[in-house]
Amino acid sequence: MEFRHKDLLGIADLSAGEIHLILSTAASLKEISRRPIKKVPTLRGKTVVTLFYEPSTRTRMSFEIAAKRLSADTLNLTVAASSAVKGETLADTAHNLEAMQPDLLVIRHYASGAPSYLAGKLRCGVVNAGDGLHEHPTQALLDLLTVQEAKGRLDGLKVAIVGDIAHSRVARSDILAFSKMGSQVTVAGPATMLPPFLSDLGVEVTHSLEEAVAGADVIMMLRLQLERMGQGFISTLREYSRHFGLAPRHLELAKEDAIIMHPGPLNRGVEISPEVADGTHSVILEQVTNGVAVRMAVLYLLIGGEKT
Amino acid sequence: MLIKGALVVDPAQALEAPMDLLLADGKIALLSPPGAIPGEGRRVVEARGLVLTPGLIDMHVHLREPGEEYKETIETGTRAAARGGFTAVAAMPNTIPVNDTASVSRYIREQAAAAGLARVYPVAAISMGSRGESLSEFGDQKEAGAVAVSDDGKPVMNSMLMRRALEYARTFALPVISHSEDLELRGDGMMHEGRVSLTLGLKGIPAAAEEVMVFRDLTLAGLTGARLHIAHVSTAGSVELIRRAKAAGLKVSAETAPHYFSLTDAAVRGYDTNAKVNPPLRGAADLAAIKEGLRDGALDAIASDHAPHSTLEKDLEFEAAAFGLIGLETSLGLSLKLVHEGVLSLSQLIAKMSLNPARILGLAGHQSLAVGAPADLTLIDLNREWTVDVGKFASKSRNCPFQGWTLKGRAVMTVVGGKVVWEEAVGS
Repeated sequence: MEFRHKDLLGIADLSAGEIHLILSTAASLKEISRRPIKKVPTLRGKTVVTLFYEPSTRTRMSFEIAAKRLSADTLNLTVAASSAVKGETLADTAHNLEAMQPDLLVIRHYASGAPSYLAGKLRCGVVNAGDGLHEHPTQALLDLLTVQEAKGRLDGLKVAIVGDIAHSRVARSDILAFSKMGSQVTVAGPATMLPPFLSDLGVEVTHSLEEAVAGADVIMMLRLQLERMGQGFISTLREYSRHFGLAPRHLELAKEDAIIMHPGPLNRGVEISPEVADGTHSVILEQVTNGVAVRMAVLYLLIGGEKT
Repeated sequence: MLIKGALVVDPAQALEAPMDLLLADGKIALLSPPGAIPGEGRRVVEARGLVLTPGLIDMHVHLREPGEEYKETIETGTRAAARGGFTAVAAMPNTIPVNDTASVSRYIREQAAAAGLARVYPVAAISMGSRGESLSEFGDQKEAGAVAVSDDGKPVMNSMLMRRALEYARTFALPVISHSEDLELRGDGMMHEGRVSLTLGLKGIPAAAEEVMVFRDLTLAGLTGARLHIAHVSTAGSVELIRRAKAAGLKVSAETAPHYFSLTDAAVRGYDTNAKVNPPLRGAADLAAIKEGLRDGALDAIASDHAPHSTLEKDLEFEAAAFGLIGLETSLGLSLKLVHEGVLSLSQLIAKMSLNPARILGLAGHQSLAVGAPADLTLIDLNREWTVDVGKFASKSRNCPFQGWTLKGRAVMTVVGGKVVWEEAVGS
């Protein structure tokens, strides 16, 4: 199977076969990161630019490490240090970057659709590293890889995604990704954080954490943005944590071998208790490791090899 | 000029028959059965197979002058109107400065007269600066030619001020045009709240953001006895509220725009900023309800809400782009689909685009092809297929989501006060 995309804008654009290809490529590239010399020449001479309009630690570092392990040159532009603050439009910034002939632009932007907007204007490839409330495709791919490693499969699993679905691009990409691979997704959270029409996406919707985790193979807790409190989405952190925070007692409801995931960064004691985050079911750090592998795979499939 | 053999459709006279129409001194001089008027010594337009109607009126446009002439001017906007078959437009007050004083209305009318392409009826602001704080001078505005008041572009969020506006407008026999939107409920929504907004990750504007304000303003119309007109109706719920208010005898009218019966929120897929408009493109059930409202009379008028923006406001990431799309040059073609599909009769459609807007705005004499009326008329080729090409638009702006659409029917001649302001290849 070939990967015939110029860009990676969202899980929505990928077939199950293409997702399998990315995951198997990631699995085979993962070994590079365990070598004493963590570098292969695959992308030597290629340039990857990361353009981040929102703060990010792990996603940006993960892309940079992935590019470097494949020997690509990387260049990072952050919004604070760029001319974005001087009023340059996104399109102008991107055209200026493209004039320096990068092979790939990795963008994170607060506006949903910003990566697709740029992809329509640029000749170089564009990778969406998270756009607004829309998608975060490489996060979903690393989640899939982590689940596949733990469970040996992606189909027929019960996946619970809990928290602020309304404001989560990770949730949107994960819902699409797990559904495409044949798993059943249940989302849970207060009704203020579950946007209308969710059930149209083929997911189960509940307001009970207990119901969501019952019999679950995978429990994905989302980060609660603390500013949501002042915006009327929840009343207090205490109450949120009591009703929607994952605690050891919930694990007894899930499958015995259930895994606990979180895209990070954690609010310990809010959406997840320290005992669960650090417990034996947690694969949170494995997700981070797999993030590098998945991004290596994406870079390789988009700009590696002799594409014509 | 003698226009011969056209099918004359004039809802005010309940007329739909082939007639010859003679124009003289800017007025309609004679309307007679075919062949009765001699053609010697005057221009004769052979119009057999065409439809002749009273001049179309677009009661909701943004001409951007004064203040944003880079988007549109009164001249380019009225040229677009003429090409679209409109002999008159009502210009909304959200210019820079806002049309909240009589001098702005006078300026608009002077510019329109200088351009000489279409009649422009100013709509005055309800509140000073459309800030929703204090009423503007409705009486002076009426003397200066304003035909209605509205803070269009913004709702009047303060219900007490809206009550006073309705009462004060009644004093001067002006209709109040409501931009019905609860700003708090809209929040920073950018498109219709539905499955598409969910998958695109764009914040939604629920139908309720419109409907709660439609309900409020209908209630206030009942309280005050004032004439209320609801602008750009986009939801099934609003249509039903208006239908019930009319059944209860309120003096209420309402308009919708062609995009609300031509497109759904699916048009936003791909983050097309030309499909970013407020109120937003709604769901399929809303679209069907809008058509039904037009059919059963809940909705009186079709108006384009022509809202020009340049690439500076539109060639951006979706959330940074401005709301609005242009419609003067596609409105008739899109609306004729309703006739071709059998939703409306031709006469019903023409009423919604001429007679009804004229009545709502009190434009005496501009609603019929009666002898002695000003010679404002539109000649339409119902069957001419054409492809929307924004590159050929008279409007200065290009923010049209219908680019490349094939439409059936267009204006082939537009006449204002006896003067031909637009024509393309009709008989000589």
